[in-house]
Amino acid sequence: MSRLTLLFWQLMVAVVALSLWQFLATVPVFGRILLPPFFFSNPVDVASQIVKWFSSGVIWKHLMITLWESVLAFVIGSVGGVLVGFWFARQPRVAAVFDPYVKMVNALPRVVLAPIFTLWLGLGIWSKVALGVTLVFFIVFFNVYQGVKEVSQTVLDNGRMLGMSERQLTRHVYWPSALSWMFSSLHTSVGFAVVGAVVGEYLGSAAGLGYLIQQAEGVFDVAAVFAGMFVLSAFVILIDVAVTLVERRLLVWRPVAAAERV
Amino acid sequence: MADTAQPAAVALDDATVAFRVAGDRVYTAVERASLSVAHGEFVAIVGPTGCGKSTLLNVAAGLLKPAAGSVKIFGQPLTGLNRDAGYLFQADALFPWKTAIDNVAIGLDIKGAPREQALLRAQGWLTSVGLGAFANRYPHMLSGGQRKRVGLAQVLIRDPKILLMDEPFGPLDAQTRQIMGNLLLELWNADRKAVLFVTHDLEEAIALADRVVIMSAGPSARIIGDWRVPLPRPRDISEVRMEKQFHELHREIWSVLKDEVMKGYAQSTLSAEVG
Repeated sequence: MSRLTLLFWQLMVAVVALSLWQFLATVPVFGRILLPPFFFSNPVDVASQIVKWFSSGVIWKHLMITLWESVLAFVIGSVGGVLVGFWFARQPRVAAVFDPYVKMVNALPRVVLAPIFTLWLGLGIWSKVALGVTLVFFIVFFNVYQGVKEVSQTVLDNGRMLGMSERQLTRHVYWPSALSWMFSSLHTSVGFAVVGAVVGEYLGSAAGLGYLIQQAEGVFDVAAVFAGMFVLSAFVILIDVAVTLVERRLLVWRPVAAAERV
Repeated sequence: MADTAQPAAVALDDATVAFRVAGDRVYTAVERASLSVAHGEFVAIVGPTGCGKSTLLNVAAGLLKPAAGSVKIFGQPLTGLNRDAGYLFQADALFPWKTAIDNVAIGLDIKGAPREQALLRAQGWLTSVGLGAFANRYPHMLSGGQRKRVGLAQVLIRDPKILLMDEPFGPLDAQTRQIMGNLLLELWNADRKAVLFVTHDLEEAIALADRVVIMSAGPSARIIGDWRVPLPRPRDISEVRMEKQFHELHREIWSVLKDEVMKGYAQSTLSAEVG
């Protein structure tokens, strides 16, 4: 399929889905409206809600807060994950001691931590950042830990034979390897940073996209709930595009996987 | 020759290498191997697959410690890694996150050489191995043969007195192997380092080396033969194979090696059935 035909069919899916939604929500079929507006709203109302948010400018504040929370959660979680992952991988004894606790904390569904973070850190951004950090940290941590442990023995031996000391091995072999594994989990960890921020907002906050959706739900404004969901999806897609660009720059040295090349 | 008065570059004396496998079982890879490589001498070790050729090389590199026997480098007992040796590995050993030129320069970088000087010399070495225009490529953008060239430059830039090579051209196709062999001889001819070259290819060994050493099939592999290669230097790998002397020597060594290859094959199929 050529690019243009592909784009056409992709657009057609959206057009058909939205038309069907609009049709079933406004035109009675056999004397009955199949999608009652109270529960399903309709695309026109949702679109006008989105336009209203952007034209009045209220949405920007919420977007900026969610973005800021996600960025902080990502940065803090990644730095923590890289450092601890690296440390554990280089110190197997430390790793062995902490192993059951790491597993235990990771097994815990992070949502249950949200009320505690709200209690500790208040309704501001930091309770959301904390929730995001608990998600991001473990992804990066496990990736880096595995990455450092699986550095090729040949590359290590080569480094030693070229005269590297343990410190130089850390700098020239272990460290680049750890970072490359962190970058390869970039999409997942950025995604989870956003999830942490939005879920945190949803469970208790005064601003952000999650807050917007939760408020709309509270007053049964279904159009605004859908509008919030669409804005959130677009927001995540934009971030993902940015991550892809960063990734391309950082991982030039890596062969492109066959699956990605298609 | 005057060389005989000097201590050998590498001297293994009754070296035995054993590994602990599964519980208390001990697997003896190499048994009582004695081998010496004189200064400036090119020695090839040939043996059937799994005979412990690489093990012997790792002992000379100091990556493995022999269970018994001694290793001397220029007359000094080897403790820790062999700092006089450069090692060209069989598998890809380049740093994938560094460009070709950074991979070559690393040996100087870690010694604290000024960056510009290291890069300048690295570029020089890349040019010597025929990759002057590929300095900024990452290893995955290079072909297998080109990666081996970078590896060779990476090792040689440190100017090691001893060169250890573990089937370095093993994964390459036949034509590339010949080209790499000629490149190696050309570079080696410039300053004649002591070379210990492991291969399973007898023709390659004779074409390259001054001496060919044959190992028996493992486990407990031993050195069972040592031939001098009387072919004149400088040699061209593809032409030297046409000469009568080459064929005679090949026939002579192969008559010994053949039995070991069959034994090695029988053992590998046997152990596959048991395992």
